[in-house]
Amino acid sequence: MQSDSALRLVWIYPDLLSTYGDQGNVLVLEQRARRRGIAVETVHVRSSDPVPETGDIYLIGGGEDRPQILAAERLRRDGGLHRAVARGAALFAVCAGYQIMGTTFGGEEGQPVEGVGLLDIASGRGTHRAVGELAAEIDPALGAVPTLTGFENHMGVTRLGPGVRPLSRTVVGTGNGDGTEGCYAGKIVGTYLHGPALARNPALADLLLFWATGTPPAPIDDTWYERLRQERLAAVLPQA
Amino acid sequence: MTQLPLRAQLASALGRTAATLSRATGRGDGSVIGGRIGLALDPDLLRKLARDRRLALVSATNGKTTTTRLITAALQELGEVATNAFGANMPAGHVSALSSAKDAPYGVLEVDEKYLPEVIETTGAGVVVLMNLSRDQMDRAGEIWLLAQKWRRALVARNTHVIANADDPLVAWGASTAPRVTWVSAGQPWKEDSWCCPECGGPLDRGGMEYTPPGGHAPGVAVRQAGGGAPSGGPAAPGGGLAVNDWACRECSFRRPAPSWILDGDTVIDPRGQRWPLDLQLPGRANRANAAIALATAEAFGLPVGRALPRLSQVKSVAGRYTTVERDGRHARLLLAKNPAGWLEAFDVLEPALPVILSVNAQGPDGRDTSWLWDVDYRLLRGRPVYVTGERRLDLALRLDVAEVPFQLMESFAHALAAQPPGKVDVIANYTAFQQIRSEFGRAV
Repeated sequence: MQSDSALRLVWIYPDLLSTYGDQGNVLVLEQRARRRGIAVETVHVRSSDPVPETGDIYLIGGGEDRPQILAAERLRRDGGLHRAVARGAALFAVCAGYQIMGTTFGGEEGQPVEGVGLLDIASGRGTHRAVGELAAEIDPALGAVPTLTGFENHMGVTRLGPGVRPLSRTVVGTGNGDGTEGCYAGKIVGTYLHGPALARNPALADLLLFWATGTPPAPIDDTWYERLRQERLAAVLPQA
Repeated sequence: MTQLPLRAQLASALGRTAATLSRATGRGDGSVIGGRIGLALDPDLLRKLARDRRLALVSATNGKTTTTRLITAALQELGEVATNAFGANMPAGHVSALSSAKDAPYGVLEVDEKYLPEVIETTGAGVVVLMNLSRDQMDRAGEIWLLAQKWRRALVARNTHVIANADDPLVAWGASTAPRVTWVSAGQPWKEDSWCCPECGGPLDRGGMEYTPPGGHAPGVAVRQAGGGAPSGGPAAPGGGLAVNDWACRECSFRRPAPSWILDGDTVIDPRGQRWPLDLQLPGRANRANAAIALATAEAFGLPVGRALPRLSQVKSVAGRYTTVERDGRHARLLLAKNPAGWLEAFDVLEPALPVILSVNAQGPDGRDTSWLWDVDYRLLRGRPVYVTGERRLDLALRLDVAEVPFQLMESFAHALAAQPPGKVDVIANYTAFQQIRSEFGRAV
């Protein structure tokens, strides 16, 4: 991000992948940037339009099987997201959007579908649907990011390759299916926590802002975020 | 109605007895348990009970219960109508409804979206009414494109008269395999589940508007479309120069079927071009849409608008929806909203500047996931006092904080109500929150 311009958020394909309140992640980043005096410009990219290459943070959400396949095809054909990531942009990919960033993912009949190839992961279809609250401890290498909390609803099983690190170790919930949840590589973060994952994990939102601006974000009033986090974590974690 | 076989008679009678017991012991309205017992004794009971009646099945994501009630009210002009008035919308509820009105020549059944193909097959209903499809409780409900695809398969080559909302692309796609469809332009304020063509996945152009995501943005954020407004190579006018409510795929030939009934503001235009002012007691745009659908359905039963409309106008509240509860001089009007499309319609009903109490739970029937709150544009509530309660009030509190809508957090609905000055207040609650308020403050319908 250049110091004289606005922070540019790019929301990829909300017409295909925004089924679970995914806009929440955009709104939380907008709010947290604005409260720190950072000007924000948000770009909506409909799936019929090219993905701009000059964004700072790209977001993509969750959705049904058929839109997921369409989104992967269109992103591969378009190439804009690849060029943006090569330029050093951050990317936050959720659920169906997370799966398609890998090399392959499972289609509506479980058939392998070619992914976008930005993350070294391969996803397939599991035997049961993982639905419910999830809690996980985030990789300490990402700094002091407190326990990940959120809601998952998917049938995916994701294998992580050597090119990525697990975002977190699950305490409650399914995540990738191997005791980890999500992954990251460079400035790309993927997670099964759909919808407003950043509303439940404002420190993750701030990490994306840090990556985009190069400046550690100043503290802001997190009262409502914290109250919600404490309530949700208390609902699922064994009490000490 | 012709005589049921002996086994079916017995199953039907025992089911009714169980329903009576359930009511008498205060366990419920009895419509599910009674039907379950009947079906256990005779799995073919629904088919037998449906035989020899003229049936309409009503399905949608939102407005099923109300539209079922409106169509029932209209058809009562013709004779007795069997109906599942309390929203027990799966086969057990249908058995119970038809059992308890054995001799009714007409039936109007609200049907859960997922069960519709099965119930069409079992009952052989002559009329199927389809209003809207949108995201709803996705931790347990199915995916809506798949749902519409199942509707298509169930309706193909079937001797059924479908009454469907032409303005909802997914409904139009789901209904369009039926040999006979009466299309109603009933509007579609919530468009977030149909910006892509259900047929080919291409972009849909929507009359008079560009793509707009649902939840709004933080104040001062500059928002723009990557396509820069006009699609490349496409027409320059917003929405491809289509009229309001019209839609068309930019890439294939799928487009809105021509409607023969049109909801135009407060007026319904019938297929002959005659305008009928709607003078409903039920509030809001959504209920005018429900009424337009109900009038088209009534006509499919041979009931002219002039006889149906006065009966629609008499309906005041439906299973507690729009009813008012009172305590200590506070009159709270109850609006039920279960998903983003429903909240959008509920906002349309709110009285200007009146305080509003919002109550949100996340029990099984509500969906345990509250993510959908982020799809609702709560900015529409700015300018009125907002009170937040329910078991998931903290989810809603953060949502409103991000939308910069001032609010007060309240421990319970009773506290929120007591905090009001005497007079009127509106309440929007999702399913179990709504039922909790009704059971605490009276279930009068």
